[in-house]
Amino acid sequence: AIFGCSTLKQVCMTNCPTLIVTVGLPARGKTYISKKLTRYLNWIGVPTKEFNVGQYRRDCVKIYKSFEFFRPDNEEGLKIRKQCASAALNDVQQYLGEEGGQVAVFDATNTTRERRETIVRFAEQNGYKVFFVESVCEDPDVIAENIVQVKLGSPDYTDCNTDEAIEDFMKRIKCYENSYQTLDEDLDRELSFIKIIDVGRRYLVNRVLDHIQSRIVYYLMNIHITPRSIYLCRHGESDLNVKGRIGGDSGLSLRGKEFARYLAKFIQDQNIKDLKVWTSQMKRTIQTAEALSVPYEQWKALNEIDAGVCEEMMYEEIQENYPLEFALRDQDKYRYRYPKGESYEDLVQRLEPVIMELERQENVLVICHQAVMRCLLAYFLDKSADELPYLKCPLHTVLKLTPVAYGCKVESISLNVDAVNTHRDKPENVNIHRSSEDALQTVPPHL
Amino acid sequence: MCYLFLIANIPFSDFFSLSSVPQFTNSPTLIVMVGLPARGKTYISKKLTRYLNWIGVPTKVFNLGQYRREAVQAYKTFEFFLPDNEEAMKIRKACAITALKDIHHYFTQEQGQVAVFDATNTTRDRRADILCFAKESGYKVFFVESICDDPDIIEANIMEVKLSSPDYQDCDKEEALVDFLKRIECYKMSYVPLDDEMDRNLSYIKIFNVGFRYLVNRVQDHIQSRIVYYLMNIHVTPRSIYLCRHGESELNLLGRIGGDSGLSPRGNKFACTLAGFIQSQCIRNLKVWTSHMKRTIQTAEALGVAYEQWKALNEIDAGVCEELTYEEIQEHYPEEFALRDQDKYRYRYPKGESYEDLVHRLEPVIMELERQENVLVVCHQAVMRCLLAYFLDKSAEELPYLKCPLHTVLKLTPVAYGCKVESVFLNVEAVNTHRDRPVNVDVSRDPQDALLTVPEHI
Repeated sequence: AIFGCSTLKQVCMTNCPTLIVTVGLPARGKTYISKKLTRYLNWIGVPTKEFNVGQYRRDCVKIYKSFEFFRPDNEEGLKIRKQCASAALNDVQQYLGEEGGQVAVFDATNTTRERRETIVRFAEQNGYKVFFVESVCEDPDVIAENIVQVKLGSPDYTDCNTDEAIEDFMKRIKCYENSYQTLDEDLDRELSFIKIIDVGRRYLVNRVLDHIQSRIVYYLMNIHITPRSIYLCRHGESDLNVKGRIGGDSGLSLRGKEFARYLAKFIQDQNIKDLKVWTSQMKRTIQTAEALSVPYEQWKALNEIDAGVCEEMMYEEIQENYPLEFALRDQDKYRYRYPKGESYEDLVQRLEPVIMELERQENVLVICHQAVMRCLLAYFLDKSADELPYLKCPLHTVLKLTPVAYGCKVESISLNVDAVNTHRDKPENVNIHRSSEDALQTVPPHL
Repeated sequence: MCYLFLIANIPFSDFFSLSSVPQFTNSPTLIVMVGLPARGKTYISKKLTRYLNWIGVPTKVFNLGQYRREAVQAYKTFEFFLPDNEEAMKIRKACAITALKDIHHYFTQEQGQVAVFDATNTTRDRRADILCFAKESGYKVFFVESICDDPDIIEANIMEVKLSSPDYQDCDKEEALVDFLKRIECYKMSYVPLDDEMDRNLSYIKIFNVGFRYLVNRVQDHIQSRIVYYLMNIHVTPRSIYLCRHGESELNLLGRIGGDSGLSPRGNKFACTLAGFIQSQCIRNLKVWTSHMKRTIQTAEALGVAYEQWKALNEIDAGVCEELTYEEIQEHYPEEFALRDQDKYRYRYPKGESYEDLVHRLEPVIMELERQENVLVVCHQAVMRCLLAYFLDKSAEELPYLKCPLHTVLKLTPVAYGCKVESVFLNVEAVNTHRDRPVNVDVSRDPQDALLTVPEHI
């Protein structure tokens, strides 16, 4: 903790790695949940990776022919599938052992008690905690929608027409149905699991063992799949922006005010159902929201990163007064903490409740700040800690994020009001002995 | 007595005849407990209420047993609770109506946001009446059912909270236990738990055997989601939480607030004494938490055990007043100083934080403390006040003035419905850093009045 870098994690999530095991018939959202959960855990700083057995099967059996591969009496098929599961578990072992992973998500149907027992034994041998996530759904509309959204586009069905694909997939599901043994309150009472019923209408939670499992349960209980969009933008250009100064709590410049008016019109034109508007508690986001003439909620957690001793300085002044700090920041922008200020890592921590509430909500417009927006964007677009602090979030540009399939569609809309550029790329020379010129090479122009 | 009988003949829905109001997002929430006696309903009600109030959601418990005790001055025996005791039934129904009336008043006249209706509510009829009442006023309903079939847990509950109840003041323990078990039998016959099928449209959580398993149905909104998360993190395993501040720091000695200084010689001595104290307590699997600031870390270092640093445990950020003495704050920011005295809980230092902000950032710490067992938290004055207020159910008004002197460890042990506190001063002298609220909080007061309660320093 000498140069303001936090070397210790906030909370010791778990002492031994956790193996999350999905359970459920095909088209029940297992992969959707696996990917989303993995994205969330990585974002909050828990190294997580998913292992999709279907992927291993595709790598092994180059060409998918038909549902017959999955028939319970297809011995060759069974052999290959079992091998794939083993290969995946081997990779899990490697990830949690040698690669420093903390959570592995084993994404497969795992529909028989026998298969699950094998996995539990494997986990016990390796000292992993096991947490099952079962998705149970009998709503034919939901299943059909799943198939349309993610199965038809699967490599398995590249050369099929839609009807053929759907028919084949339905038969594939049938192959699993007879041997499906759902997690049982009594028979499986010693296991730790959450059973998600009908896409979150109902949950059965059994034996949550530790902090990370508790967080996983909370997260899974807050996500939903109702279609909606999240709009992210920064406040309008501020007076300090114009002067090239960071942080502070200034009001909007004239162009910033113009942006606010354009934003109001844009939002109106989008005709968004029940839009919620959130701002930080800083003047520039509040002034921007005011122009929308709709109610908005202020979140202190959305305040810009605290630059501590560097608040309201220009980069040139930071270089002059704190050249060492300036270099250290360029060396590790994600973990670097301004003296008496915050790091991006701290920011992610304080934004976690915002993300959780965004998951609960439907249509939301978040008017925030550069570093904050980078953190939120990194969550939605699964960007690493290294990429996060350099994501481009220019002023006067709205990003519309719409969940689709396993990810997020991004539309970038520049509202055609000029503004300064506040994006400073990582300079080539990050050495603490570098010249001022090298340090300031990537500083964007300002007054 | 007659008055009660009259009311008791009126169905719930007629009593509150308002037309149904649509439920808005900020509509009040009625939490309805469900379960046989001695299943922890009151324990959950009180704990949940304490938590919600602490995070800023005005919440109140309405315990039906309390209403019954007020209506029927002296409890005789379990026979009061026999299902065929018509007279008693009327009284009990009247009490329920009164409680709901009070809930309505709490929501409409007292700005309450959550009410916890703590009663057995074991029949479908009773729950239907409550739903009706809620629907008419646009209140959201969330049921919390506690199911327990472990006889050991039930007996432990009875021993801990029932035997000392006003109902059993003049009974000997054996008699009381026998009577209470018969009371439970009275309810069992008509008990209909929340049903997967029939109650599929209700919002509820079912807690099985003190948290072993949960069934959660139709969580409607943010507050219900937070309630579920909280209920899933609490436990009843006996344990103690130790709270203390860092040892006296260099800045403490100078009467300066905030900053990130190291320990003074006396502070170091405290750290060593703390190590001795902790060892002597022989605490099983003790976790030690500190903030990211030097003074708590240096204190923990002396313990010679592993510890975890939480940035969330950092002292309140005094913004522009960081490292100033109170005299300097009065000199440079007299108005701010007065405003803080006017509303110390909500006042935010310029470029700093308020106690209210502090509570918000400490919430994950509290959640993890609930999950943990034995923990020692080495923190700071304002932080410790916030944590203490949570455990001891102190209001926002009291919180900023709770006494948390240096070199004193508070040992908190959950017992019955609350928390036992043992204060242990480790016999190492330190400055006093507690500034009481002065009498004059006017912005135009003179410096003398402002500085009246400043503790001594170098």
